[in-house]
Amino acid sequence: MSPSDILVIPFDDWINALVRGWLVPNFRPFFRAVQVPITQVLNGLDAFFAFVPMLVVTAVLALLALKYAGRGIAIFTLIGLAFIDMIGLWPETMTTLAMIITAVVFCAVIGIPLGILAARNDTTWKVLRPTLDVMQTIPSFVYLVPIVMLFGVGMAPGIIATIIFALPPIVRLTNLGIRNVRGDLIEAAEAFGSTPLQMLFEVQLPLAMRTIMAGLNQTLMLALSMVVIAALIGAGGLGLVVNTGLGRLDVGGATAGGIGIVILAIILDRITQGLGEQGKVETVSLRKTLVSMFRPGASTAPAATGKAAS
Amino acid sequence: MAVKLKVQNVFKIFGNRPDEALRLLQSGHSKENILKTTGQTVGVQDASFDVEEGEIFVVMGLSGSGKSTLVRMLNGLIRPTSGQILIDADDVASCGSGKLRDIRRQKIAMVFQHFALFPHRTILENAAYGLKIKGVPAEQRHARARKALEQVGLSSWADSKPSDLSGGMQQRVGLARGLATDPQILLMDEPFGALDPLIRREMQDELLALQKTLKKTIIFITHDLNEALLLGNKIAIMKDGRIVQIGTAQDIVSSPADDYVAAFVADIDRGRVFTAETVAREAATVQLGSDTAGDAMRTMEEENRNAVFVMDGDDIAGVVTYQQAAAADRDSGPVDVPLADVLITEFSTTNADTQLADLYGPASSGLPIAVTDAGNRLVGVVEPEAVFAQLSAEPVVSEDGSTPLSTDKTQPSPAATP
Repeated sequence: MSPSDILVIPFDDWINALVRGWLVPNFRPFFRAVQVPITQVLNGLDAFFAFVPMLVVTAVLALLALKYAGRGIAIFTLIGLAFIDMIGLWPETMTTLAMIITAVVFCAVIGIPLGILAARNDTTWKVLRPTLDVMQTIPSFVYLVPIVMLFGVGMAPGIIATIIFALPPIVRLTNLGIRNVRGDLIEAAEAFGSTPLQMLFEVQLPLAMRTIMAGLNQTLMLALSMVVIAALIGAGGLGLVVNTGLGRLDVGGATAGGIGIVILAIILDRITQGLGEQGKVETVSLRKTLVSMFRPGASTAPAATGKAAS
Repeated sequence: MAVKLKVQNVFKIFGNRPDEALRLLQSGHSKENILKTTGQTVGVQDASFDVEEGEIFVVMGLSGSGKSTLVRMLNGLIRPTSGQILIDADDVASCGSGKLRDIRRQKIAMVFQHFALFPHRTILENAAYGLKIKGVPAEQRHARARKALEQVGLSSWADSKPSDLSGGMQQRVGLARGLATDPQILLMDEPFGALDPLIRREMQDELLALQKTLKKTIIFITHDLNEALLLGNKIAIMKDGRIVQIGTAQDIVSSPADDYVAAFVADIDRGRVFTAETVAREAATVQLGSDTAGDAMRTMEEENRNAVFVMDGDDIAGVVTYQQAAAADRDSGPVDVPLADVLITEFSTTNADTQLADLYGPASSGLPIAVTDAGNRLVGVVEPEAVFAQLSAEPVVSEDGSTPLSTDKTQPSPAATP
């Protein structure tokens, strides 16, 4: 005796009907359109990294590492990237880097506003929270099939799968960062007549910046961990190298691809962590962070930036 | 002076069914009772008071008495459940958010207990925050913020971060931030509560000194009665969300409205609350040239004094005591003794707003103390007994419990306190 004697739910049939019978025929053009901006950004970045010589990319990453993460990581960056080049995986690494950056950019563009909304409105957060839980816990293979049906195969669908998997931390930590801004600071800002937008940009976002950066770092790490899975549906790069190795039982090839991913992960993790930590010394505004990334030395003169930012 | 802020029958009830609690409250149920039956918390009940332009109005109460809620309703950080809060002609209790924002930007600023400085901004940017929000151009707002920092003595720290400053200095920045927008009303929510006692004392003095030139309307929240008595032109004492007494420091100490207030003021240093004026009486005088020791004795007998002041024209020449005058008169037999022979020329003078604590020394000589005005003319006299009588007076709970807010007419009105 069990409940299934009374009622059998054809759950899988329902989902099949929903996806195959309704979503795919009716919304395919819509989903195709959705991936246009992703493809654009990705192609741009891919072309950029393919065009810029290996030595320049290495030098820039090493300088960033030196600035934000210290000398050790800078040396590691030089050696690690040289090693990748020497084992012949440089183009694949650059493809992966372009994919990761695209995924993280879209995660930030979607996730930070969502986090802000969630922080301002309890109802939004109540809806968003279980959704994020599902996104984080559901095995990614489950949504690979519908993604292929809706978006086809290739780089962009791979990035969409990556975004689904990597989005939750940035939303969560943006929400957390804003909610954790001290109540009396909010009160003070309000008492002086701040509008909600002034409150957000003058007080909440700057003070939540460290937490948001930590979220961005987590999102980046999750995106990297999706590289191999995304390669299953046609995303290239290092993930493809690993998968090919796996398929041919080529231990060497799979290991080489894996090591490439690890090296890239360590470099990106340390640099973004350093960016977040920077907030401790001299809390960074988003603008200042972006400016300082492109203008070495800008943040080493606090007095000057203090005046510029005010 | 014009009334700047008028609070009328303001209630604040926290919870989801305030109307029900309000009805119970008006039908006489207690705060505890309402919490038990409806789950609604009464924050402030039936607060009404006027604050005049340029005065320091202190709201004093222990934690949980509703004083912080009350002050937050004055700038709309908390909206009252019912009642009116009028700043000039605008009702903060009911106006829309746009209007409220305007009032906050133009008229009313706030200083917080834990400073609430923005840690990611420099001291100058913190002080300029209110101006930035108002859209004042950078150059102008920095100039005004610098001026405000100068007023609180921190101009050299303009480029530091709040974390570089001590608590007392941080609160000065908080004050400068409040002053920079040049508001008419300044709300101060236990501003010195988080500071250690020495710094607190220093800040109190500084606030009084600043207020002499600024003449802002200040609403000052504190849980420290000594602070309230020192700073307040007027003091409101709160208990369980209700204002139990409003009056000057002397009103409250000399005629507490109920046992609660009486218990509070029991430990107060009365010598620091009352001034010479409160115990002074009209001077009895004799003239140095024309009157004799016998005349002085008669004056003392008529006026029931132990000593009189001897005047030389309009100036005070000295004091004659009954004892000495009587002894000299007896010794000389029928001959009149000139006043000059019994004159004591070493006497103390004070002015009307000297604190009684400063009169202990002079009073212990046993001679009356001359109260003089700015022109050094005799305006009254303080008998030594009166000083000690005032200091030892048991606070008397006013008989008429229904009107706790009435002022005690037997007390001379205080001179413009600090």
